[in-house]
Amino acid sequence: MEDAQLKAVLEALVFVSETPLTLDRMKEVLGGVSKRDLQRLLAEMMEEDRKSDRGINLVEVAEGFQFRTRPEHADWIRRLKKTKSAALSQPGLETLAIIAYRQPVVRLDIEKIRGVDSGGVLRTLLEKKLIKIIGKKDVPGKPLVYGTSKKFLEVFGLRDLADLPTLKDLESLGPPSTEGVLPLEEEEREAGTEPPEEAPPAPDDYEEPSDEPSSEAPKDPL
Amino acid sequence: MESPLFYREPEQMELPLKVRLETFEGPLDLLLYLIKKNEIDIYDIPISVITQQYLEYLEMMKNLNLDVAGEFLLMAATLLHIKSKMLLPDTGEEEGEKEEEDPRAELVRRLLEYQRFKEAAQQLVKGPLLDREVFVRSFFGDAPAGKEADEDLSGEVTLFDLLEVMKKVLEGLPAEEFQEISVEHLNIKDKILHIMERLWEVESLAFTELYTASTSRREIVVTFLALLELLRLRMIRVYQGESFGAIRVFSPVGPEEGRKTIEERIL
Repeated sequence: MEDAQLKAVLEALVFVSETPLTLDRMKEVLGGVSKRDLQRLLAEMMEEDRKSDRGINLVEVAEGFQFRTRPEHADWIRRLKKTKSAALSQPGLETLAIIAYRQPVVRLDIEKIRGVDSGGVLRTLLEKKLIKIIGKKDVPGKPLVYGTSKKFLEVFGLRDLADLPTLKDLESLGPPSTEGVLPLEEEEREAGTEPPEEAPPAPDDYEEPSDEPSSEAPKDPL
Repeated sequence: MESPLFYREPEQMELPLKVRLETFEGPLDLLLYLIKKNEIDIYDIPISVITQQYLEYLEMMKNLNLDVAGEFLLMAATLLHIKSKMLLPDTGEEEGEKEEEDPRAELVRRLLEYQRFKEAAQQLVKGPLLDREVFVRSFFGDAPAGKEADEDLSGEVTLFDLLEVMKKVLEGLPAEEFQEISVEHLNIKDKILHIMERLWEVESLAFTELYTASTSRREIVVTFLALLELLRLRMIRVYQGESFGAIRVFSPVGPEEGRKTIEERIL
């Protein structure tokens, strides 16, 4: 297919998708077109939209692509829809920010930072589908572990979590840790065959044989 | 005229409505609020001033029958503990291996960490946000406008801003005089209706306008509780033009819909 044709198809696919359409899904549907080509075409389409004055723009958001209106048209659309945007409360937003930057987190982590019971706020965020339960922590009590959802990325217009604004000194608060988080399916697995306790650690000096052509000549073992 | 059949005293006098604060702010918010209000350097908090103000707010919240969460009391204890530690003269010089840490250090660390996330939250809502600045095609028709259980304590107004105004109103009251006893018929629902009727007439009111000069302490409290309830039901919105400026109250709900909601949602 010609580029122009492919673009038209992509446009159609994105148009009928309820949620941001991922590259994987496009590739599946189109077959035979490489991801790299898709990315190039989509980038061109976004550029064309940006240059044009049309009211609908292709946007990369929530790990996919979606048509969105322009921010400067917000007032007109609100007039049409007669809806008020359902704003989150301040505590809701803060809790969401904590989860976004610190995920995976358990309720206790959040409450340590906020210094106040956060059960009600978490419930609201779950109801709004901005956060989700991603597992249980492998500590006594097996508390639920929370993370942000795809909808979170959609609502806040983020491509992915790496797209979160970096904040001063936030890094110094410690990197997020995935340690000890059990995926939810773990329970079923636990009931069945027990996986071996721990894979024997590979010795540090052992290197995976790689099929990459090495430019360097193999070192003399002596 | 109220029929004796529906005579609701004295329960109404007991202010039976307890306002749960779980979706409101916590003790750290109150401390940050006080720090900002007093223009204090967060690294050098005058602990006795802050402790005193913190306790005043706590007292006020209790008087309002707000269900003060245990965390607020815990923080009060922490503040008092820090205060007492700071009053103690430096001992432990003999041990002297490491410099005694400022008793405030842990609290400051927590405040700073919390503030960072508050800032992060502000950063996030700068937008453009979906359904606020940008929109996508809706596949299942629009949800009915704002009917969902979205709590929306909007504007920049926090619970503490409201309490602050409340405090001023109470302070403006003449000293209590002991006179004849007349039982006041105060019930929150009536108050709510009264407030809403006024709002529907004039569109917006300053928070302080809701209290006339003659209102009693009890009536002020009932009015305040009515406002909290209205906020919870999203029947009013409160805005503050500038930090610590005047607070204005609006109603996004029309009279017809509003009366219906009051009838259905408020006992």
